[in-house]
Amino acid sequence: MATELAADLSSVDAVETAPRPSGFPLRRVWAGLWPKLAAAALLLAVWQAVVWSGWKPDYVLPGPGPVFKRLAQDFSNVNFDLGVAITLRRALIGYATAVAIGSALGILVARVAVLRKAIGSAILGLQSMPSIAWFPLAILLFGLNETAIFFVVILGAAPAIAGGLLSGVDHVQPILVRVGHVMGARGLNLYRYVILPAALPSFVGGLKQGWAFAWRSLMAGEIIGIVGHQVSLGQQIQFARDFSDTEQLLAIIVVIFVIGVVIDSLFGVLDRGIRRRWGLLGEGA
Amino acid sequence: MSSNILQLGAGHAHGADSEEHSLSVERLSMAFPHDGRLLVALEGVSLEVEQGELVCIVGASGSGKSTLLNILAGLDEPTSGRGHVHGRVALMFQEAALLPWLTAAGNVELALELRGVKRSERRDMARELLNRVHLAGFEKRLPHELSGGMKQRVALARALAQDADVLLMDEPFGALDAITRDRLHEELERIWTETGLTILFVTHNAREAVRLGDRVLVFTSRPGRVGHEVKVDLPRPRSLDSPELAVIAGRITDRLKHEMTI
Repeated sequence: MATELAADLSSVDAVETAPRPSGFPLRRVWAGLWPKLAAAALLLAVWQAVVWSGWKPDYVLPGPGPVFKRLAQDFSNVNFDLGVAITLRRALIGYATAVAIGSALGILVARVAVLRKAIGSAILGLQSMPSIAWFPLAILLFGLNETAIFFVVILGAAPAIAGGLLSGVDHVQPILVRVGHVMGARGLNLYRYVILPAALPSFVGGLKQGWAFAWRSLMAGEIIGIVGHQVSLGQQIQFARDFSDTEQLLAIIVVIFVIGVVIDSLFGVLDRGIRRRWGLLGEGA
Repeated sequence: MSSNILQLGAGHAHGADSEEHSLSVERLSMAFPHDGRLLVALEGVSLEVEQGELVCIVGASGSGKSTLLNILAGLDEPTSGRGHVHGRVALMFQEAALLPWLTAAGNVELALELRGVKRSERRDMARELLNRVHLAGFEKRLPHELSGGMKQRVALARALAQDADVLLMDEPFGALDAITRDRLHEELERIWTETGLTILFVTHNAREAVRLGDRVLVFTSRPGRVGHEVKVDLPRPRSLDSPELAVIAGRITDRLKHEMTI
């Protein structure tokens, strides 16, 4: 009787349940990829068209062909690769520190009512502040060195990360908090089991935005601040300008752009995965 | 886990009280400030529910029924009077309110974990509880992959996982279609018989109240108060469509309408 009922029930409920998205993974990857490839092709075509129009002489605005040829040469140059490595290392350290500081700040401000009133809106304000404006101060405080660059990167990224966490905590459905209470989750347990997981989608949004800010701030910092004898990407761009070497300049811009896009799309994958799990994606999305 | 979690919901449990009453409310009042005025949601509510009893509260919306449950669950403090639950209490809402990032089993396991059940035992217990609400095979589904009725079943399993003595239900089947609701009535009744739980069930639907309750308390509106009590002596299981049930429900509905015209 019971099993009969259960079978009956599952057949009824099965109709109501939305099917999982299906299809070949390869086809889905392609569906996500081709618009991007098409956009890149279009961009290159426009670039080439502008070059052919003769608006600027070749040595001021080279076409995609010479730039990519130059890029290929650059990668076999140890100093260039070292520059990419230096920049990536700075991005990683600066961003990781920003994540740690931003998360701690976010939780603290969310938890402590006085702090919330005192600096809650200041965090939002900092988010819209171009962090490079801090750089002159950073140089005076720390000298022209990596610490100054990290300072700017962290000031750029941490507020966005704290803000994402804060708005996630603010927008947790009150009923979930009540459920947590009824189940006996209080204080830290309530945060651990209910509030922080509920805030995760918004936190990941903040991480993504924080990355964008960190990457921008790092580039600005590297272009302005020549630190030691290291040949970071930002410095190489500045050298290329000094030598009016636009081929090299554009090649580095391509590298910076690609790194930014690749990391951004990694966040996109993470973001979509979490939203799907949390049931926040509409059907067919 | 710490013992204060085991004391969950027993925040009102101070001093001795009558042993047979699983739940008692004495001259309880609740007022909120609202639009610059004081809105009295509950005024002088007194009621008692005996151990193992299934009592329904029926009232129009705005009669403070949910407020009463929230107070009994320890989520709110009353303005005056007291509500007391003997033992542990679980609360079910109209929405299933499942944690969306946890699977059906995960939701149940969390309730077990917060109750202090050992990790090694949780999985089997959760499976058994889901089996009990006829959700065997749906352990790994996420809430958004379940229908409304199935979500409420998970919520029921989660409430059972709290191993409460008293289950408070706040219009839990209000948003479900008639057939699903009918099935859940049967299951709730079966689980109630099996476990000997004390249940206080709030609804605005008189037929549902008569279908389930040993007694039905009719709430007046604004301020909420127990206006009337109906003992339901119909044999179980009852059918929502039986004429006897309809007669009693009709009388209750008349009372509610009378209330609302005042």
